[in-house]
Amino acid sequence: MSWFADLLGPWRGFAVTFRQMFKPKVTTRYPKEKRVKPQRFHGRHVLNRYPDGMEKCIGCELCAGVCPARCIYVRGADNPPDDPVSPGERFGFVYEINMLRCIFCAMCVEACPTEAITMTHLFEMSVTDREEGIFDKDSLLVEPDGTPNHPLPVTPLIDINELKLGDGWMRATSPSGRAAFEGVEAWSPSARMGGLAAAEPGQGSRQSPVVGPQSPVASSRTEDSASEPDIEQEPS
Amino acid sequence: MEDFIVAGVKVVVAFVFLLVVVLLLVWLERRIVAFMQNRLGPTRAGPAGILQTLADGMKLMFKESMTPNRAEVLLYLAAPVMALIPAFLIFLVIPIGAPITVGDTTYTLQVTDLNVGVLYILAMSSMAVYAITFAGWSSGSKYPLLGSVRASAQMISYEAAMGLALVPVIMFNSTASLAEIVDAQGATYFGWIPAWNIVLIPSFVVFLIAAFAETNRAPFDLVEAEQEIVGGFHTEYSGLRFALFFLAEYINMFNMAALTVTLFLGGWQGPVFGPTFLVWILPVFWFLLKTFLVVFFFIWVRGTLPRMRYDQLMAFGWKRLIPISLAWIILAMVAVGVRRFGLPWA
Repeated sequence: MSWFADLLGPWRGFAVTFRQMFKPKVTTRYPKEKRVKPQRFHGRHVLNRYPDGMEKCIGCELCAGVCPARCIYVRGADNPPDDPVSPGERFGFVYEINMLRCIFCAMCVEACPTEAITMTHLFEMSVTDREEGIFDKDSLLVEPDGTPNHPLPVTPLIDINELKLGDGWMRATSPSGRAAFEGVEAWSPSARMGGLAAAEPGQGSRQSPVVGPQSPVASSRTEDSASEPDIEQEPS
Repeated sequence: MEDFIVAGVKVVVAFVFLLVVVLLLVWLERRIVAFMQNRLGPTRAGPAGILQTLADGMKLMFKESMTPNRAEVLLYLAAPVMALIPAFLIFLVIPIGAPITVGDTTYTLQVTDLNVGVLYILAMSSMAVYAITFAGWSSGSKYPLLGSVRASAQMISYEAAMGLALVPVIMFNSTASLAEIVDAQGATYFGWIPAWNIVLIPSFVVFLIAAFAETNRAPFDLVEAEQEIVGGFHTEYSGLRFALFFLAEYINMFNMAALTVTLFLGGWQGPVFGPTFLVWILPVFWFLLKTFLVVFFFIWVRGTLPRMRYDQLMAFGWKRLIPISLAWIILAMVAVGVRRFGLPWA
């Protein structure tokens, strides 16, 4: 009967295509439905603040130096003594990212010693003008209460809530400039989503201490963590 | 005078009907093929994307219709129209419903009934070859030329097979008029099996295969094999002129499906019951239902079978289909003779 099977062979394809018609579809109807993005998705950057509202950026230009696409432009300036912008000596006076050049490699996030720049889940950044592709400090920096900014109009294609997601992906690997934290998963608090960002799953429970002169809230937190006995005993 | 008005109304209705059907067909094809590939296909324009074709048509209307420098302008401009006219003309002889009697006048749901209807259809589908040949040659470009050479060879070969496949149908029903062929299929065997011409199975199969080749559809779409010769004969066409070719292609597909139904699947024959308006509507419904099932089969084949090689196509046409048709004609002749005159020894 093998000749019979051979005769049927070409027709079995019809059964296959017919069956496939009733299988679930793989299409995501994009603006209507969106896929769940990985937790550490590389989306648009934000510049974070400390919980007390001070900017984290200290204008060190390490991000600009490490950027392979050379899309970051930073100019630092001395903090005004009576009204400091950041809890350091200097702060980021100018901060611009050319999103048309950015390759979203997140090396700036890795380079940042204060975790000032992090990435979010927002990827909808189409602009109608090349100049709009350069995001300046006003649009990158979160509001003092932690609400992220976006310079583009909100359309059905832009979900601003994605700016609130994926705050601290890189804190998991950052030693935050302290040798005791080399290779240890830790995180530091920042003002996001209108409050303090909690540790993400798998990030460990320890906060990383922030280097340099502290803003009041941050320094009190550092004292808290310093009172914990495990910093020096942490295996490296 | 009244005849003129009736004829005019029929022509306009047929024209609009075909245009609407093409809108549906293109959408249907894209959706069904998409579903077979686990995609969704067009969903954005209108409910379930049903207006997608309309949107595409509007887009094409506003596109520039370019003419290549080396084109033979007269033929280049005439070819799309020459593709469209036979496509519309074929539909004129297809009955889409039972005759409607109002008062003492009977209106046939068919623009005109020719007593040589089957031959007329073969003639008109041969005309389509001219459009494709001219389009390919007058474009002054190599891909269209290759496509049109393939097209003319393919369509002429399969026309022979198609014509031979229809001979037993004409013999069996003793008529070449499509209306009478449908009437003849209204009978039943044993009182319940509809006497459709599909009992002429070899004819049916050969006709269906030839229909695929005549409409240049998969698996015989070598004419516009994108991987080899870009778009085939319509590579150099853009804008509305391309839209005309597209239109003609889908009208031809619908025509072939409607012909398959008319010649082999009983046309508009089907159970009819109920009040008068239902008696008028139901035959049309049966006709459309059968036609769209055949159309679905066309699309199903496209979603399933890969394209044939050119030599396979030619060998299949000349060495398989035509000998089978010829043998079947002889058999059918004997059968029809026996049916009419009885067995020779009896």
